[in-house]
Amino acid sequence: MDTRLLVEDFSAWYGQTQAVKNVTLPVYASQVTAIIGPSGCGKSTFIRCLNRLHEVIPGTRTRGRVLLDGQNIYDDKVDPAEIRRRVGMVFQKPNPFPTMSIFDNVAAGLRVHGLPPGTTAEEVVEKSLKMVGLWDEVADRLQDSGVSLSGGQQQRLCIARALAVEPEVLLMDEPCSALDPVSTLKIEELIKGLKEKYTIVIVTHNMHQAARVADYTAFFLNGQLIEYGVTSDIFTNPRDQRTEDYITGRFG
Amino acid sequence: MIAGRDQRRKFSNKLMLVLAAAATVLALLPLGSILLYVATKGLLALNWDFFTQLPKPVGEPGGGLANAIVGTLILVGLASVMGIPLGIMTGIYLAEFGRGRLAWLVRFTCDVMTGIPSIIVGIVVYGTIVVAMKRFSAIAGGVALAIIMLPLVTRTTEEMLKLVPNSLREASLALGASQWRTTYSIVLRSAMGGIITGSLLAVARVAGETAPLLFTALSSRYWHTGLDQRIASLPVYIYTYATTPYEEMHRLAWGAALVLVAMVLVTSIAARLAGRRAGGGR
Amino acid sequence: MQMPSPKSRRWGDSLFRGLTFLAALGMIGLVMVIAVQLIRGSQLAFTHFGLGFVTGSRWDPVHGAFGSLPLVYGTIVSSLIALLIAVPLSLGIAIYLAELAPHWVRTPVSFLVELLAAIPSVVYGLWGVFVLVPLVRTALEPFLQRTLGWLPFFQGTYYGFGMLAAGIILAIMIIPTISAVSREVLLAVPNSQREAMLALGATRWETIKMAVLPYGRSGILGAVILGLGRAIGETMAVTMVIGNRPQISPSVFELAQTIASIIANEFSEAFDELHLSALVMAGLVLFVVTLLLNILARLLVWRVARAPEGVTRE
Repeated sequence: MDTRLLVEDFSAWYGQTQAVKNVTLPVYASQVTAIIGPSGCGKSTFIRCLNRLHEVIPGTRTRGRVLLDGQNIYDDKVDPAEIRRRVGMVFQKPNPFPTMSIFDNVAAGLRVHGLPPGTTAEEVVEKSLKMVGLWDEVADRLQDSGVSLSGGQQQRLCIARALAVEPEVLLMDEPCSALDPVSTLKIEELIKGLKEKYTIVIVTHNMHQAARVADYTAFFLNGQLIEYGVTSDIFTNPRDQRTEDYITGRFG
Repeated sequence: MIAGRDQRRKFSNKLMLVLAAAATVLALLPLGSILLYVATKGLLALNWDFFTQLPKPVGEPGGGLANAIVGTLILVGLASVMGIPLGIMTGIYLAEFGRGRLAWLVRFTCDVMTGIPSIIVGIVVYGTIVVAMKRFSAIAGGVALAIIMLPLVTRTTEEMLKLVPNSLREASLALGASQWRTTYSIVLRSAMGGIITGSLLAVARVAGETAPLLFTALSSRYWHTGLDQRIASLPVYIYTYATTPYEEMHRLAWGAALVLVAMVLVTSIAARLAGRRAGGGR
Repeated sequence: MQMPSPKSRRWGDSLFRGLTFLAALGMIGLVMVIAVQLIRGSQLAFTHFGLGFVTGSRWDPVHGAFGSLPLVYGTIVSSLIALLIAVPLSLGIAIYLAELAPHWVRTPVSFLVELLAAIPSVVYGLWGVFVLVPLVRTALEPFLQRTLGWLPFFQGTYYGFGMLAAGIILAIMIIPTISAVSREVLLAVPNSQREAMLALGATRWETIKMAVLPYGRSGILGAVILGLGRAIGETMAVTMVIGNRPQISPSVFELAQTIASIIANEFSEAFDELHLSALVMAGLVLFVVTLLLNILARLLVWRVARAPEGVTRE
């Protein structure tokens, strides 16, 4: 199986606090990889290092390498903006741009990167909205504000916005934590459908969600990677006692 | 996704970030220039006479602005005596009792008052106090400055009182203290640093006000003789001397500007320190 | 210490509450006194000139002509010049301080910008007369005439004093207001908005342009209007450098006059009742305009403090 992202001996800090400690982990192409662990275990920080978003917070630093298709994204010559185009991200709370219409929200990335040759903005927006199953719901009101949608729709709009710039990897930082069960289900279905085209890394505090959507699962504790493997193995046959404690709910 | 586009994006990114920093530097240039001129030209004008002598008539060299320094202190003192207690009272009302429409209206009035041009205050005080007394006076000037101080003191008092945790109030009330005693001894005392900061900032602000004094306190070439008489002040002297053609008066105007700016800055900095020491300051 | 009896305590409470209540009412009363006083004082001019006061283009106290159009013109144009200079600079400062500057730079630079607001207006005027005006006369006006002299705005004698100098000095004076309020507005923009744009591969500037500034646009507009309000009412510095001649000329090199500056100039020397009343009426116009601008600005800035609908703030 192809390795899309290879994290090598990676650490990350906020000021003096080390949030990620010497993590090494391969992320396989066209698979869903879930990162689980108790709050404060560094899983969100870790995922934010995969598109170099951690460094936009003042006082932070990192050490180690992250190879995207063999190229170290932390290399001095690499432009973080270009990495962020190739590695898209969806956040905990839906964050559409409130002053933009639904259409403009999806097209926001295109406005900075330009259109792929031979396409129009209309085509790309329609394709992206169809991929997230939102097209039928919003086709007749594309000019309405992005924040006029429900929470679940907003989150799918944000996914469409991320997909419109054609990333290779999609990072999802607890994308359902602010949503109701029905919207959560829709997003989970969506994730399963998207993995053919995209490599997906999802952070979740919900173990069941990881079990439902992920092919691979990594368990983090106190900034360290404790265990990583095929999801079913992790949940049915953990090798580490701490992993077992966590998934059986005897933990924190 | 085309190389040229990325180049252009990176360039405009750099350019705009540099422009933002340049705007900051550019805006601070006048500040540097003003402080430099006031300091150098002002220092040349300052001597013993400046602080002890009365202004000389046009054409005679020498003289000082002692009466204007004293006058400014008197005017600011008068304004503080009137403006600070009233402002604190209003601030207490807003923070402790102020709910509903009236409080909203008072708060709004306060915000709006800070935007009223100070020369308007001058006209109004002229129309009421000066016309009634039939003369320009220190009192009228003090009232005009107090009106300008009032909303500044009110808003800082309110904000500082709101920072006092409610648990402190409840603890005091639970001990059987009356509300005014609670407010007075517990709430006010713990917010005192902030209130002093706010009041000093208001003092610094009105010390340099000129427009409202032009037709209230006017000016005077003599020592202050009574609160019902016209009175000299540094800002008005700077204005009148700067607009004369005489070198000697320009020199004194710079001296006055240095003294005034020093007074204002020292008060402002003292205000900040008071706020910081009380812990409530930002 | 003897405990006060319940009765006297209740009495003390209501007295205290009543006093603060009176003080608060006094504040509202004060604004009403200001309004009434201005209206009463301008009655004579109003019965004399009616609306002609605003449309009349000649202000000549010696001949009893009081048309305030040149003052209104001077006020508007000098304020517009100020905005033209101050808005881009202030936005640059706000962006620099809220988005870009390293943390150790932010506090001292913010303090310096605030210091600009602490300097008395009359000191700006003094500096204007002896530093800015000569600079405008010997450098800026000749330069503008050489490069843009084909425009009607940049023609005529180099006085130094005049509309241009007034606009520049006003710009310097309103920069602290606009930049401080805009900075607060930018700091109120949730980080999730920045990260959303950054995560799409946008550069920092693209993030500011497409996510941060649009989110704060009504607050920034409020900041600009607040600055405009200050520029319109600013008196001393303008009076000292604008040249004090009530006239309407397309050239910014020309001497001019604003509402505030004519009041400062003529009020204490106006012995004629009508002249005095005309000045009070000019003051009334100024009062109403700045009042409306301030109300508008406050409402706009308040709107940003509350986030736009549907967006959760963290």
